[in-house]
Amino acid sequence: MFTYFVHRVLVMIPTLLVISILTFVIIQLPPGDYLSNHLEELKSQGESASAMAKIEFYREQYALDKSPLEQYARWMGFWPGPDGFSGLIQGNWGQSFAYDLPVKEVIGDRLGLSFLINFSTILFIYIVAFPIGVYSATRQYSIGDYGFTLIGYLGLATPNFLLAMVLLYYANVYFGISIGGLMDDKYINQPWSFEKAMSVFDHMIVPVIVIGTSGTASMIRRLRANLLDELQKQYVTTAKAKGVPRLKALIKYPIRMSLNPFIADIGNLLPDVISGSVIVSMVLSLPTVGPLLLEALRNQDQYMAGSLLMFLALLTVVGMFISDVLLAVLDPRIRLTGGATK
Amino acid sequence: MTNVLLVRDLKVEFRVAEGTIKAVDGVSFRVPDGKTVALVGESGSGKSVISQAIMSILPKPAHITSGEILFFDPEKPGVFYDIAKLKPDSKEMRNIRGGRISIIFQEPMTSLSPLHTIGDQISEALHLHHKKTKQEGAQITVDMLRLVGFPEPEQAFHTYPFELSGGLRQRAMIAMAIICRPALLIADEPTTALDVTIQAQILDLMQNLQKQLGMSILLITHDLGVVASMADEIIVMYHGKVMEQGTLEDIFRSPEHPYLKALMRAIPRFNMKPGERLTPIREIKRDADSKFLEQANPRPILSGDEKPILKVTNLTKRFTTRKSSLFGAKPAGEVLAVDNVSFFIRPGECLGLVGESGCGKTTLSKLILRALTATEGEVVYNDRGRDIDVLALTGDSLFDYRNKVQFIFQDPFSSLNPRMTVYDIISEPLIIHNVGTAAEREETVRELMTLVGLDFRFLRRYPHSFSGGQRQRIGIARALALKPDLLICDEPVSALDVSIQAQILNLLKDLQAELGLTYLFISHNLAVVDYIADRIAVMCKGRLVETAPKEVLFANPVHPYTKRLLAAVPEPDPNHRLNFANLVEEKASNPELWPAPFTADLHTNPIMMDIGGGHYVRVHENTDVTELKL
Repeated sequence: MFTYFVHRVLVMIPTLLVISILTFVIIQLPPGDYLSNHLEELKSQGESASAMAKIEFYREQYALDKSPLEQYARWMGFWPGPDGFSGLIQGNWGQSFAYDLPVKEVIGDRLGLSFLINFSTILFIYIVAFPIGVYSATRQYSIGDYGFTLIGYLGLATPNFLLAMVLLYYANVYFGISIGGLMDDKYINQPWSFEKAMSVFDHMIVPVIVIGTSGTASMIRRLRANLLDELQKQYVTTAKAKGVPRLKALIKYPIRMSLNPFIADIGNLLPDVISGSVIVSMVLSLPTVGPLLLEALRNQDQYMAGSLLMFLALLTVVGMFISDVLLAVLDPRIRLTGGATK
Repeated sequence: MTNVLLVRDLKVEFRVAEGTIKAVDGVSFRVPDGKTVALVGESGSGKSVISQAIMSILPKPAHITSGEILFFDPEKPGVFYDIAKLKPDSKEMRNIRGGRISIIFQEPMTSLSPLHTIGDQISEALHLHHKKTKQEGAQITVDMLRLVGFPEPEQAFHTYPFELSGGLRQRAMIAMAIICRPALLIADEPTTALDVTIQAQILDLMQNLQKQLGMSILLITHDLGVVASMADEIIVMYHGKVMEQGTLEDIFRSPEHPYLKALMRAIPRFNMKPGERLTPIREIKRDADSKFLEQANPRPILSGDEKPILKVTNLTKRFTTRKSSLFGAKPAGEVLAVDNVSFFIRPGECLGLVGESGCGKTTLSKLILRALTATEGEVVYNDRGRDIDVLALTGDSLFDYRNKVQFIFQDPFSSLNPRMTVYDIISEPLIIHNVGTAAEREETVRELMTLVGLDFRFLRRYPHSFSGGQRQRIGIARALALKPDLLICDEPVSALDVSIQAQILNLLKDLQAELGLTYLFISHNLAVVDYIADRIAVMCKGRLVETAPKEVLFANPVHPYTKRLLAAVPEPDPNHRLNFANLVEEKASNPELWPAPFTADLHTNPIMMDIGGGHYVRVHENTDVTELKL
């Protein structure tokens, strides 16, 4: 078990490396770069010496006039720049050219808030999907099952942004929650306080529901199908034949078995939720990283985009790691027979 | 004599979309205290439904419409429960279920949860019905594991079911069933999924436990051999009705009912006369002059010393097991699946290959088919006079070889693609090998269907609309499509019901004669092999230990393993009850414990010695042949 754990941790390193290469290549793919475009723009407006000097400085700093390999190495921090080793692995996320600020400062609070929203969404998906899935499977073809199935399909079919606007309207009319953002305007740029946290919590409800609906709907379907399969199995009858009360037999055997795909999904859910939240974040004007990422990609603001993509990749890889470890803890077949091949 | 269970006029109906099915239709019987009652019948006769009704674990669409199931608990004289009236979830029923009546299922592989240790699952039954502390529970469980024959019960407590063999899983299942010392044990086909030798051990265990705990057993089975060795009373069921009931002696001495007589004639037995045919309960109607026979071009079978059609010399297959560590996988050990096997098959004969599961039978057949690659050895196939080195074939010549050797699988359910029609399934080999035009192929497929006794109007159907026996016939038709000379049949009847088994065996026999086929017939059922094979090869732990013509082998088995295998077969005859005392535990399948001159271990490697009359036995070199024959 310990070897497995260490093995999984070590495997994450090459995975992230490969992702960083892919990210870098994809960002470099479109012709031109932000600085050249910006330079053209400046030239057409009449030059400004200080701006030109700044551009030159960045060129030097990030090896933008050198080969892509060198650029990559500097970005990652494998190769010393003018300030010595200073790249992603040293914690320097680079400069956002569009904002003319270090990426870290642009992102600021947003990273934490994104994490908060996405984490809450996943929690929401699990909390809602689990009981409904179990109910649907154990009461197959009942009115409740059909009802949840219908709602689930609606959830899958409704465009998120539409749902977002509808919910926003009602949240505003009935609960007086201000439209858009993650907190009331008065708390923006204020230090954290209990009231501010409560305001954030109030404002999170709508986005979490909106981002989570489709994930919840598909999770319900999956859990229902899995559990239905498991309920047919012989060991469930064995448990009944022992005289185990119904609810206990259900929880101890088939539900435990059908948890596997539930947990294996943690890793898959993260990128889904994050990419799904970009448009919703635009619509609801949430201060998350989604809109920033979109903007950065459009502007070819390469360090901004690269850092954000790497952050998402890290989340996914860590999510996968957590789900793998949980699976091994939960399922002795994975723990004990892993690695043996025939 | 007091009864533990009394079933009176029980009727169970299944209400499904297609209408109402009477699964059990007015059944009455009793189970006397401390006795074994066998419930016999084909699948679909309603015997399992009765067991579910007694346990009150009927599936949702099933309803008890009338009748009573009276349970007299020997521990509470004078008190009885009518299980048919009790609610399945009521407290009384839950106390009875698992506490006073418990059940063992057929499939030891799936009836235990793979996620919980067997100790957990066994002690759960105990804690539900008796107030015990965790330590007491664990202690009782370990004692119970010892009682059912686990070699190391303390360790076994913490193992998961998938770490155990089929036999040990069934023992764990038995331990779970008897840990509360029930008054009645229902055994629903407890040994059907197991090898004969393991079956004998499990039956022996059940009898011993019955004596020790004084419980009654309701044994549900279709195997009359098991019944003859175990039962005191017998109930024969057909289509939800009782056909006949009586004591063991009555039933076997003078079967009255035509159904029972037919059932007895359908089972292969050891003492069948040469040339005697099994009489299936439902005969397959075949079109005797199928055109396929005319164009079949059977291989001419010359009498006398023609060269063997298949000659296998020193064939060896090693599997390496891998162990993964921090730095990738590396080979950890080797498993010798097939060890220096040599044999031959003459054209037109049927060679039976017998052995317990895991002995390498299937691996051997896959090596011959080139579905697996051999580690060492030689396989020569004689293609009507032209020798082919099978293991050296590549590309086109390997593709051509597939024309000549075909395979019939064990499981008729998973060997047919559920998403292909019967027509697609049977014509697929023809398409792959580009035989004929589309019209000719269609003609061939129709003829194949009539050849195996199926209506060609079924061609557009999908496999799920056929029964197990019909599916197996589709599998046979597929194997015959390319007009092979050699057919490898891997346990073709072991997944089928007794009554169907006779149909398929007869069909295979007829086809062999009509098409001049040669069979390699793999089975663990000696009676089946006796019925169909000319010569028999016995395999154990990857080695052949004895080959002989079948009359010789059954009359004069020499190798201790063969002897044990023969002794473990239950015969449908109360005069030949299994002699459990003869069944030495694991010893007979461990080559290191075989007595001299048979011992095979690191130091001695016995060879196959000809002891005359085509009888070969694996013994040490320089063994005196005359001594062995005694």
